[in-house]
Amino acid sequence: MQVPAPFTYERAGSVDEALSLLGRYGPEARLVAGGHSLLPMMKLRLARPEALVDINGLAELDYIRVDGDHLAIGAMTRHAAVLESPLLSEHYRIFAEAERVIADPLVRNRGTVGGSLCQADPSEDLSAVFAALRGEVVIRSTGGVRRVPMREFHVGPYETAVGDGEILVEVRVPIRTSVGSAYEKVERRAGDWSIAAAGAFVVLDGDRISDVGLGITAVGAEHFTCAEAEAALVGAQPDDEAVEAAAAICASSCNPTVDQRGPEDYKRHLVSVLVARALRRSIAVARVGSSRGVED
Amino acid sequence: MRVTIEVNGRETSADIEDRLLLVHYLRNTLGMTGTHWGCDTSNCGACTVWLDGLPVKSCTTLAAMADGRSVRSVEGLEGDTLDPVQQGFIEEHGLQCGFCTPGMMMVARALLDRDPDPDEATIREAISGNLCRCTGYENIVRAIRWAARKQAETGRSDREAEEAVL
Repeated sequence: MQVPAPFTYERAGSVDEALSLLGRYGPEARLVAGGHSLLPMMKLRLARPEALVDINGLAELDYIRVDGDHLAIGAMTRHAAVLESPLLSEHYRIFAEAERVIADPLVRNRGTVGGSLCQADPSEDLSAVFAALRGEVVIRSTGGVRRVPMREFHVGPYETAVGDGEILVEVRVPIRTSVGSAYEKVERRAGDWSIAAAGAFVVLDGDRISDVGLGITAVGAEHFTCAEAEAALVGAQPDDEAVEAAAAICASSCNPTVDQRGPEDYKRHLVSVLVARALRRSIAVARVGSSRGVED
Repeated sequence: MRVTIEVNGRETSADIEDRLLLVHYLRNTLGMTGTHWGCDTSNCGACTVWLDGLPVKSCTTLAAMADGRSVRSVEGLEGDTLDPVQQGFIEEHGLQCGFCTPGMMMVARALLDRDPDPDEATIREAISGNLCRCTGYENIVRAIRWAARKQAETGRSDREAEEAVL
């Protein structure tokens, strides 16, 4: 029987209370949201916090809404809510496409956006989605609020910019028009972590790509993206040549590890195929959207 | 710590270790062994119960997290008669060893409450967090379809009976 090592359980009723509990217990306290990454790690003693602060009751952090020219997603939003959100699908189909292949429906009922990002697993999908979309996270402490670009959020595997005594409260994504987006993932079996996955958004201005974002996970891509490939695409015509060139840059610049999910050359090949597919589908959607003003 | 959890409509309460998992609260503290304890890694879904109306994996949920909330387990499916989902698993041979069955049925009940007429793809997606080591998925899908048909028929006959009275 696997059970976590002993800890003290506390339940927070508000963000302020959660911050106060984190302050009381110090750096050995951890927040727990859905718990579907943290509790398995605690069972294996890969994590051994002295106190868990349960934030499942923080309804104030459970929302998906338009906030000015951004989409704002509360940290306690469950994966299932992201998958089913008409608002997110209207702007970026990358969300539903990624969520559909994150774990399984039961895990998606519990797992949260904030929890997934803060766990910072190097194979996590939403990290790639928000990196592609150039989102930013909002972090609160008793000292105030600060914002961190998604591409500076991950400090390393399982490490983020969220410090002791801080809570990630929101993720923000700019709203774009004439945009298409897509997510492509290959896993060994339904619900598993990626062998490799890639997401993209493309904004078209006439016959040129005017803005683009790429997200890549599970293969050691720096900041879950590839800035060099993005730079090569901006200003280019959205044709096969540009797509293939960008995909090749992604494949050569990532750093896949050899493990039971496959050898290095296979993973690089997957990256090139998945980036190309995500870009092609994004371009196709953006073409439709640019004639209608919104993503189809 | 002291927890109070509504289980199948009945209030339960116990002094527990903070680290106790919900599956062990049900099985060991309450002695309700209908909920199965399988992989312990939130992969297999044998431990699936409802928490505040949503199916979750109870091996990855602390009993403390359910404090003040409501849980429904497989023991709570049956009313005066078997739930159509339970009857469907009998009619269509939806189980072999039976280990995955409680989790499968809790997911099936949640699915049919939300979507009374799911197609096969929807059923397969709904049970994709539940593993059957006998690989009896074909019959599990049939069992859930049987339950959907049964409910539709029963609903119709109930409505007809009501209309006849009126």
